[in-house]
Amino acid sequence: MLSYPFMQNAYMAGTLIAIISGIMGVFVIARNMSFLTHTLSEIGFAGAAFGIFMGWQPLNGMLLFTTISSIGVGELGAKSSRRENSITAISALAIGLGILFLSLADSNASYATGILFGSVIGISRANVVQMMILSISVLVVVLVVYRYLKFDSFDPIGAQVRGLWTRTLSVIFLVLLAFSVSVAAQIVGSLLIFILLTLPAAAAKYFAHTVGMMISVAVGFSLVGVWLGLYLSYVTNWPVSFFIAAIEVIFYFSALVYQRIRA
Amino acid sequence: MTESILQLNHLSFAFPDKRVLTDLNYDLKRGDFLSIVGENGVGKTTLMRLILQELKPTSGTLAFLPNRQAVPVGYVPQFRNVDTEYPLSIQDFVGLNFAKVGLPWLSGKERQRVNQILTETKLFDIRRRPLGQASGGEKQKAYLAQALLDEPSLLILDESTASLDPVAKTELLDLVKQINEQQQLTVIFVTHDIPLARHYADHYLFLSPGHYEAGNISELTNEKVGEMNNA
Repeated sequence: MLSYPFMQNAYMAGTLIAIISGIMGVFVIARNMSFLTHTLSEIGFAGAAFGIFMGWQPLNGMLLFTTISSIGVGELGAKSSRRENSITAISALAIGLGILFLSLADSNASYATGILFGSVIGISRANVVQMMILSISVLVVVLVVYRYLKFDSFDPIGAQVRGLWTRTLSVIFLVLLAFSVSVAAQIVGSLLIFILLTLPAAAAKYFAHTVGMMISVAVGFSLVGVWLGLYLSYVTNWPVSFFIAAIEVIFYFSALVYQRIRA
Repeated sequence: MTESILQLNHLSFAFPDKRVLTDLNYDLKRGDFLSIVGENGVGKTTLMRLILQELKPTSGTLAFLPNRQAVPVGYVPQFRNVDTEYPLSIQDFVGLNFAKVGLPWLSGKERQRVNQILTETKLFDIRRRPLGQASGGEKQKAYLAQALLDEPSLLILDESTASLDPVAKTELLDLVKQINEQQQLTVIFVTHDIPLARHYADHYLFLSPGHYEAGNISELTNEKVGEMNNA
């Protein structure tokens, strides 16, 4: 299987995606941003469609759209009830725009399904290199702000009274999230990105009690999901995103059951 | 004469639609245990936000001595968003306060400091318990430990005992009093529990709408409380 270049690329890209998603996911869960992550992936779809319409790489369109909107959401500010409604509105507009750009771009349907549902064969070596650069940038920034991000995510009130620059931190985090969403979409597709960015970390919460351990467990869960998913997809010729989704959901519900039994 | 660490000079604050603090003067000395008391809505929290520099005085000044940097402030707020599923262990939660650019994990020295503060706050034995599964009193102690981690010279307890049962209240305040006496930690204890203030504080600052009164805690008699609240 690994003698095919497209499978090599898929495994390399998948590994990057799993690592980034596992790390970012822990903060997404701690900051209660599952819903926003979901919206960012829809915005990513619009961005990718726009990219195709403009004749760019879909990934570049995605990066553009998700980054701009994540900064916009950060500026929308604190009022969470209002934010939730705004996010719904933005998300509706994003899907609409995505459909519009796809139809204007006059591209074939398989391209659209590729963006929405992900694909294994579509990833070139150049894509892998670009994803690697993006992933490393995300990792470096996370590493630099790690302790601040940890404090602000796991104890926002404590961080605020301590005088941490929490507003700047949330904008930085949202931009990192935008990058991660765009990278992850390459394999699992924009409809299912939030699976890798939320479920492994949500499950990890029940097994680990330090941020470092939660990250390790979450990365582990997403690696298993992606690797096994790619293998099963290769063997059965079924879509890889289906397998990844199924595996992560199994992890998550097992974690809930484990928690129930222990309690 | 002990040194002052915080001086309020003719401090006033008004929200656009409401005047909250009027011409407040107070000189807080190092090592003092000051209780700020008063009914809800008289400006206790506003005063804390002024001290934390989240708000700016409308007029007058609020000055740390010799300067702001010399007086690190630890703050234990009344509410924290920690639910029963909150995953971090008490130890990891306390260590969050080492917020700076550095290695993702804590250095040996930092770990030692965390353990020291956990021992001081009597949390060492349960340090691995997830904070979400700790009792109310243990949670407040963990918040206290986190605030004490980087050795503040001023500790603010903002209604930190309000939701605790009597035993946990005493336990927490005994602990604070002990650190206050042994390490000359200055404490501001915001509460509307007058008997509790009387038991632990050295001085009081009584806020009521439009005016205030300050003095030795022994002067805070029941008659005075009645008088102030009806004024």
